[in-house]
Amino acid sequence: MTEAVQREVGRARPRKEDAHLITGQTNWTDNISVNGLLHLAILRSPMAHARIDRVDVSAALERPGVIAAFSGRDVAESMGSLPCAWPVAEGTVVPDHPPIAVDEVRYAGDPVAVVVARDRYTAADALEAVEVDYTPLPTVLDIEGALAEDAPLVHSDKGTNRCYDYRTTDGDYAAAKARADVVVTRRYHQQRLIPSAMEPRAVVVTPLAASGEFTLYSATQIPHVLRVLLAVTTGIPENKIRVVAPDVGGGFGSKLQVYGEEVITLVLAKRLGRPLKWTESRSEANLATHHGRSQVQDIEVAARRDGTVLGLKVSLLADMGAYLMLLSPGIPVLGASMYPAIYKMGAYEFSCTGVFTNRTPIDAYRGAGRPEATFAIERIMDDLAAELGMDPIELRRHNWIRHEEFPYTTIAGLTYDSGNYEAATDKALALFDYDKLRAEQADRIEHQDTVRLGIGVSTYTEMCGLAPSRWLGEMRYAAGGWEAASIRMLPTGKVEVITGTSPHGQGHVTSWSQIAADVLGVPFDDVEVMHGDTMLATQGMDTYGSRSLVVGGVAVHEAARKVVDKARKVAAHLLEANEADLDFADGAFCVKGSPEARKTIQEVAFATFASHDLPDGMEPSINAEHVLDPDTFSFPHGTHLCAAEVDTETGAVRIRSYVCVDDVGKVVNPLIVEGQLHGGIAQGIAQALYEEAVYDEEGNLVTGTLADYLVPAAPDLPEFVTDRTETPATSNPLGVKGVGEAGTIASTPAVVNAVVDALRPFGVRDVRMPCTPERVWQALRTGKEASA
Amino acid sequence: MTHISLKVDGTTYEDDVEPRLLLIHYLRDRLGLTGTPIGCDTSNCGSCTVDLDGESVKSCSLLAVQADGGEVTTVQGLAHDGEWSELQKAFHVRHALQCGYCTPGMIMAARDLLREHPHPTPDEVRHGLEGNLCRCTGYQNIVRAVLDAAEQEVTT
Repeated sequence: MTEAVQREVGRARPRKEDAHLITGQTNWTDNISVNGLLHLAILRSPMAHARIDRVDVSAALERPGVIAAFSGRDVAESMGSLPCAWPVAEGTVVPDHPPIAVDEVRYAGDPVAVVVARDRYTAADALEAVEVDYTPLPTVLDIEGALAEDAPLVHSDKGTNRCYDYRTTDGDYAAAKARADVVVTRRYHQQRLIPSAMEPRAVVVTPLAASGEFTLYSATQIPHVLRVLLAVTTGIPENKIRVVAPDVGGGFGSKLQVYGEEVITLVLAKRLGRPLKWTESRSEANLATHHGRSQVQDIEVAARRDGTVLGLKVSLLADMGAYLMLLSPGIPVLGASMYPAIYKMGAYEFSCTGVFTNRTPIDAYRGAGRPEATFAIERIMDDLAAELGMDPIELRRHNWIRHEEFPYTTIAGLTYDSGNYEAATDKALALFDYDKLRAEQADRIEHQDTVRLGIGVSTYTEMCGLAPSRWLGEMRYAAGGWEAASIRMLPTGKVEVITGTSPHGQGHVTSWSQIAADVLGVPFDDVEVMHGDTMLATQGMDTYGSRSLVVGGVAVHEAARKVVDKARKVAAHLLEANEADLDFADGAFCVKGSPEARKTIQEVAFATFASHDLPDGMEPSINAEHVLDPDTFSFPHGTHLCAAEVDTETGAVRIRSYVCVDDVGKVVNPLIVEGQLHGGIAQGIAQALYEEAVYDEEGNLVTGTLADYLVPAAPDLPEFVTDRTETPATSNPLGVKGVGEAGTIASTPAVVNAVVDALRPFGVRDVRMPCTPERVWQALRTGKEASA
Repeated sequence: MTHISLKVDGTTYEDDVEPRLLLIHYLRDRLGLTGTPIGCDTSNCGSCTVDLDGESVKSCSLLAVQADGGEVTTVQGLAHDGEWSELQKAFHVRHALQCGYCTPGMIMAARDLLREHPHPTPDEVRHGLEGNLCRCTGYQNIVRAVLDAAEQEVTT
């Protein structure tokens, strides 16, 4: 007997994927070079809205080293409109979205012309020689102003800036309000954010002229979805396009997209018959990679004097930017199910209007709709507590779903399978030393301290595991949400796991190895995980929305179980036993009661490779594939607590401590889970305190570089105290719930609640994000909501 | 064209370059040393940090000709005989990277920091890495990794 194999799931394994990243043996898209490679550069509109009267590329073409140059009109017939896959409401207005503007530019950064040259410097230089005549058109930049009757139109052929109206209700909100002792009404603003993955976008296309095949390398989160939509958009058959996502340097949703630059590079590589590369500069990234958030949220909560929440009404205005990207209309509506959060309430009204503005398109950014929802509900619960004179924790306790009440169907129609808000909250309060901090807060108020202490609470839940394909269909999303995995048992006993997920920092190679190693009973190091190449991982729905582990990881688990089931048949045959008489443990099949009669799964793999002696009628393979389409979502939750010191003389905010206890179900790799949380919290704090995409009155992006757009650096962030409770999901066999977006979803309201909590004694009820020293100082001066 | 001579990761290169060629493009496009990536064009993100004559520099903000006669170390020059440097090991053990894009620059900046402050406090580490942005980790594990490496007396 061999020693018992240590279980991998639950171990804090340092990642397999680190080795090449920390030694610089990387395969970023911009690292790819091939013979004859040409470089593509894009001229972008300097105006937010203008008619294009003339584009003249002839002077650019005369430059030495320039191979080709095109206007939008030159290439329009070979490029279809960029796709929107989520027209979420009936009658959603979907404007034409050419990859390069033809007649009109609609945001500063809209592509106008392209130049192809022998090297990147020559291509960039030649852009200066392209002549474009514009006639400026009136712009609409303001989300609310876009709906005014006399507002200029972003798409004049559509006759409106209204993209869609979506509405859902459950229960009778008006009746709930009529019964309420207290009604709190607030308007919150979700500022526009720039996702800012550290790796700018890049595309390389290598054509194989003879067969009409193309390999497109892209810094993308979605190689599989991209392949389908490139085929639809360009007319190049899908089976002639191979998409590879090599090492991808972060995404956070911004690489969950079908970008014009990908279409342009593919179509021009085809036209020129040459390999082409386009690499984005950071200035281009800020202008033209999609932005996130950008909503105006009107929210109202009706409650009894004892704190019982009776109903909730939410009305959103959601900025789409100038065009619809892949998911744009669906993002704010994805949050619709999450506003009731962890609370029991009797009535809910949700409405959302999408509007077009002359700004960069909006799409998914870490959390995608759920951070916005969580912010609004967690902010207003604090405001309600203040109104009622209750402790914000007590208010939440009074309303939340108790652990014994799961499964619980919320007023928004989601059934939460499991959760324990009490346990997570109690643990967080103890770690945070809540009562002591409250005492210090009171002490500072009593002594009129100029530096005040605020305590912010956020008890969030989210929906992960996007998604049940049937649900997506009901929400008018064009595709499914399943995920594929396959497992190849190699003759030598090594294992290949092929996943349809496409990681870009999440550590799937390590986590999926752990899952497969446990089910198959093989050593962790014997497992390789392959991904991100449509020729290899032929099916997939890729990585976004904290879905990878819950759908893709579980698919790996199920594929591995199928391998074991097949191997059992072979082992039984070889051991001349009944399948039912075999135990499988530590990677070996044993006849019950006869431990010496044993076959390891590796031996079975070799026997299958040889195929000399298999059960009658059995195919010579124990490889297996599983495509998983879950019935429901998973619902991680947690309690985040922030203590912030606010200097009432300068407006400066300093986070003094940050504590969170998250319940993400069963943890596969604690090291990776902690890392995901840290990064998420940092991005959420960044929204609360630092980041905002700012436009001037003409629609120019003022925060066009990392010098102006304040991505926090190490000294800007505190040390986080993270811990967890573990309430397994009952909706999947691994018990996992997903973690990638949790930190971002939870932290923004925790921090803003802390800032507002510190300022309540001055009559401040809100500070608009980001809570910069200036905004805090203004709020203190006016003693009410500060506006930008 | 200007002639330059540069030692990079132990190998000496002689080249004629355009005076405006950035050091990062020289390393990546001319020498094929793609281990150092480019994250911005304003020297704010630090992804392209390399060591030039004992100082960490942002190679997107330096011309190749300015490095003429100098000695450059990139992340690709840190491991010796397959043995990772203490910083590389610490980044791995502490899970101080996710997507890994900022990691070469982060490691090179941390190396410089430890040269100047062999026993830094956590705050000193945070301030020492102020010029390097990471979007994945929230920095906490990077700080831990640098402190771990400091305990290993990394002074070179």
